Amino acid sequence: MIVDSAAEFDVRDYLRMEMMPHFLCPGCGHGIALRALLWAIHELEIDKDKLAVVSGIGCAGRLSAYIDANTFHVTHGRPLAYATGLALARPDLHVVVITGDGDCLAIGGNHLIHACRRNLKLTCLMLNNEVYGMTGGQVSPTTAETRLTTTTPLGNSEPNFDACALAAAAGASFVGREVTHHVPKLKELIRAGLEHPGFAFVEVLSDCTEIFGRKNELGSSAEMVLRQKSELRPSAYRDTVDTPFRSNELPTGILTKTERPEYGAAYRKAAAVQRANKASADANKGKA
Amino acid sequence: MNAVDKALSPKAALRLISGNHACALGAIAAGCRFFAGYPITPSSEVAERLSRLLPEVDGVFVQMEDEIASIAAVIGASMGGVKALTATSGPGFSLKQENIGYAAGAEIPCVIVNVMRGGPSTGMPTRPAQGDIMQSRWGSHGDYPILVLAPASVREIHTETLRAFELAETLRTPVVLLYDQVIAQLTETVELVDVEGSARAERKWASGPREAYQPYAANEDRIPAMSRPGAGYRVHTTGLNHAENGFPTQQPEAVARNLGRLLAKFDRHRDAIDSWQAIGCENAEVVIVAIGISARAATRALDIARAHGVRLGLFRPITLWPFPETALREATKKARAVLVPEMNAGQLSLEVERILGGKRVDAVHRFNGEPIAPAEIAERAETLAKESK
Repeated sequence: MIVDSAAEFDVRDYLRMEMMPHFLCPGCGHGIALRALLWAIHELEIDKDKLAVVSGIGCAGRLSAYIDANTFHVTHGRPLAYATGLALARPDLHVVVITGDGDCLAIGGNHLIHACRRNLKLTCLMLNNEVYGMTGGQVSPTTAETRLTTTTPLGNSEPNFDACALAAAAGASFVGREVTHHVPKLKELIRAGLEHPGFAFVEVLSDCTEIFGRKNELGSSAEMVLRQKSELRPSAYRDTVDTPFRSNELPTGILTKTERPEYGAAYRKAAAVQRANKASADANKGKA
Repeated sequence: MNAVDKALSPKAALRLISGNHACALGAIAAGCRFFAGYPITPSSEVAERLSRLLPEVDGVFVQMEDEIASIAAVIGASMGGVKALTATSGPGFSLKQENIGYAAGAEIPCVIVNVMRGGPSTGMPTRPAQGDIMQSRWGSHGDYPILVLAPASVREIHTETLRAFELAETLRTPVVLLYDQVIAQLTETVELVDVEGSARAERKWASGPREAYQPYAANEDRIPAMSRPGAGYRVHTTGLNHAENGFPTQQPEAVARNLGRLLAKFDRHRDAIDSWQAIGCENAEVVIVAIGISARAATRALDIARAHGVRLGLFRPITLWPFPETALREATKKARAVLVPEMNAGQLSLEVERILGGKRVDAVHRFNGEPIAPAEIAERAETLAKESK
């Protein structure tokens, strides 16, 4: 049983309980990620009325419907683009995007790199389960090589994306990665992302147990979560596991954090200067 | 202020401007405060003008990474309660279709300008066409309602932009403003109406207690009140088929009820929606049905034919979709035949044939990038008048 360190946090305060039971498969890591997000929101005392959650299509995309906030379940791959319009038009809202590896990196890849570059205040939570779960288990841009999926019956022969490296290369001012195994650490990372005054990209390594795990004989959901420590090699466990690291170890925690102008504020500032200049020019014209 | 300054002032009544410029000014006057777009010929001037105009009125202009992102950002801004516009041309319009369907299904107001250029594919970017008449109505998948307005002059682009926002906001729907490259880049002296942005009909906003609010309630007027994020309603908006409460459903009765309400929602508002111009139709031998630059040419064709002793009429749908069917039937009641000049291989003529079933409908189809000349329309109409005596 998980005991929340913030004792007053009750996840039900942030969920639409009338939507229960949820539709996630037993053992799916997405529920853990959702809990961590809501915990972080609770700790930051973000007003639910001012919280807007935009999600795309796929298992991750369905999470928005469970959150008691202003929620927008939009088209496949486009939540960052919808969120860009919403956040620019309504800077008073706290806008969070929930997306999956296919939604964010394949069909929505263009929006991700430009959101990273633009640096609008948004928090993008990408739940990476290495597979298109909703459509039955096809290969995704993050599926590891040799893995079996319904469209890689011979084993995946494409290299996979390192989403965090991609986001950092595209200029994201905040990039982080965490695993669902360690909920408080995940909550801390999401919280740091929510607090970041610019675009924050947070990758959550989540497990698809029913489809991906079963196809690749990765064991029970508990075994899959434990495997996050021994095989994924997140840096959070570098000191705690005794088996040797593999070469594809994935760094976790905050990977990039830089300060640069937030797009919306920079735009509004430039516009205000233009209005002021115009007003004084008009006033001078009136005098002449 | 000297005379030139006055002429350039957005408050001047008389101005020499292009169609795309008129669209930008109309959007500002309508209260549009968000534009997202992607450069594409021949619509880019709408974006360029608004990139200057919007910051002056505390609005937001953003050039997005692609056409899909542009319509998505526009819908996102409108979900936030801000009037929003995007502008594009054929290839970009194709790319936007999935999200236009989202706006129609989730009932998010927005205005999409589509300046028609030669097609298919990249086609002829700088040449006019009218090949998106059907795409503007049927471009997205599934069954959905949409409004399409087809102005035929620079002045009308201005007035129809105002009307597009009014219809989008009050009926909670995407509205397509459809005009061709000629009208878009034509420069005309126009008297701008309503430049001060007088009070216009606004979106119906949710009021009352949260518990009693249904985001897709089947009201008497079939237009559900929208909730503004931050107002405490905390609703769910989705592209999945949804029930009155906004949440996804696959229950056949609920889908039939809610999608049925959506598909029928314009029926009770046709007085506000329908708009057309009929010239000399009451005693015409042949009625010409045309939009945009083809309608402008047809107006001249009426004079040419009259000089030859042939009475022509012109029926010009200004609201193209839903097509003003009743008005067309009325306008062509006494005509022996109908001629549809259009810059495509046959789109408007199909709809006219469908509505007028039985009446002779001929067409002039042109898809080589050249507008149809008035003399050509007059000649075909005169021949048609003789043949159908």
